[in-house]
Amino acid sequence: MNAALQTFFETLINGLAVGSLYALVALGYTMVYGILKFINFAHSDIVVLGAWIAFVLARSLGYATPDAAAPWYAGLLILLVAMTACGAIGYAVERLAYKPLRGAPRLNVLITAIGVSLFLQNTGQLSFLFGASPQRMPSLLPDTPLLTVFGARVSLVDVVGAGTAVLLMVGLEYLIFHTKLGRAMRAVSYNTSVASLMGVNVNAVISFTFVVGSALAAAAGFLYSMKYVGIKQPADAGWVMLGLKAFVAAVVGGIGNIRGAMIGGVMIGLLEFFGAAYVSTQYRDVYVFALLILVLLFRPAGLFGRATVEKV
Amino acid sequence: MTMLLLEDLNVHYGAIHALRGVSVSVEQGRVVTLIGANGAGKSTILRAVSGMIRPSGGRIMFEGKSLSGQPPHQILRLGLAHVPEGRGIFANLTVDENLELGAYQRSDPEGVRRDREKVYELFPRVKERLKQAAGTLSGGEQQMLAIGRALLARPRLLLLDEPSLGLAPQLVQTIFRIIREINAQGTTILLVEQNANMALAVAHHAYVLEVGAIRMHGPAADLAKSDEVRKAYLGHG
Repeated sequence: MNAALQTFFETLINGLAVGSLYALVALGYTMVYGILKFINFAHSDIVVLGAWIAFVLARSLGYATPDAAAPWYAGLLILLVAMTACGAIGYAVERLAYKPLRGAPRLNVLITAIGVSLFLQNTGQLSFLFGASPQRMPSLLPDTPLLTVFGARVSLVDVVGAGTAVLLMVGLEYLIFHTKLGRAMRAVSYNTSVASLMGVNVNAVISFTFVVGSALAAAAGFLYSMKYVGIKQPADAGWVMLGLKAFVAAVVGGIGNIRGAMIGGVMIGLLEFFGAAYVSTQYRDVYVFALLILVLLFRPAGLFGRATVEKV
Repeated sequence: MTMLLLEDLNVHYGAIHALRGVSVSVEQGRVVTLIGANGAGKSTILRAVSGMIRPSGGRIMFEGKSLSGQPPHQILRLGLAHVPEGRGIFANLTVDENLELGAYQRSDPEGVRRDREKVYELFPRVKERLKQAAGTLSGGEQQMLAIGRALLARPRLLLLDEPSLGLAPQLVQTIFRIIREINAQGTTILLVEQNANMALAVAHHAYVLEVGAIRMHGPAADLAKSDEVRKAYLGHG
């Protein structure tokens, strides 16, 4: 009985910890889709850059050796720098790759996004950048269990990771639903040309959306590599899988729907971990994509999305 | 004084030549209307003025300044607001948030509050529904919200695209009464309408458009009496 409870709580904790990171990534997909109506396939590569920038920072600050214990603020500092750097990269990607295609057919933008994705993956592997071998993220937090629930260890990394993700999401929720800028973002997402008639600078709002989405992706990449310290090389397929699951989360929650992406991310995390623990580990990716297929079959607008009629 | 001047305006939609050398002038303090059949290019003129589309030729001058190449949010800053065809309500936002967006560029909360009171006076129904999602309003209420929202930008020139479209006859009367009232309070209006009867009744000056060109223009009262206009647009055979 006790062992059963322990497995349950361990699975729950892992599912929530990873699910909240999926949610952070899913938000980037959903915000860009909400405004520009295309899937930014390069978004998962921003997650990768976030993880690698954090790694390079941690190593250059000297936390790579086991005996150099990192001060408590090291993680926070690295988080903020990685978020800022990726925000700037997101801005540049939008400015250089997507903005010239405003008004072009959506398929062109989609293909460009795949191109940007390949560019970021392969540039990241250049030897003078991050290189083509996997690395190990220095541990920035002491590896002590915070508390034990029915024998399941609640580790500091999970609490800090999920806590940071939740804080960022609360901040985003406030930004979008309670500020003037957020109101403008929602207006642009609903009807771009009318928003411009209200005096909203649409291009500035789009840039800002990319900056915020990319900063959240960087946070997810860093927090993920704090939990799973082996960071794979930038072009590794494992990163693509992480991005895909977050994308599934966004679709399951209703693409374009902010709250849907948050809930979708946590759902995907829980589904993956409970499926792995109680059915079979081998199929952990299968559960996620099976859910995607079910949602697309029975609720194509997503669990929390509104069905929309294509405008003519 | 001429407030808005269009000279030899040309607009292409791909291969379609939507406006062919249109010249229009709007005097300050007036209501000027553009009438004509569906597809004559009336809305296209408004879209070109507010910067939603880029003309392929000609000049647009507002209070002596050229609007060419300026994005809509900068044109609004100059004092020119556009209530688009179909009202352009943000259905997923509340009525209150829609009004907030109308005052998006303003940084005088006190003035905005006073202007809101004026909007509530014109449209008491809007005030009753502030917390409602704007998509739940009736067509007439949405039109009132759209006009009220545009007024919160404090425009000196208001572009109205088909404000009476799809409204019950009684509401049409109300909307035109309000257009008169807005004009009486000092806002110049450029009005696009299919309801030529009402438009000519409220306007000082009118332009008749046919397939992208001005067919004739003159004082609205004169056009309302002209045989040609009566036959083609006012339903008098």
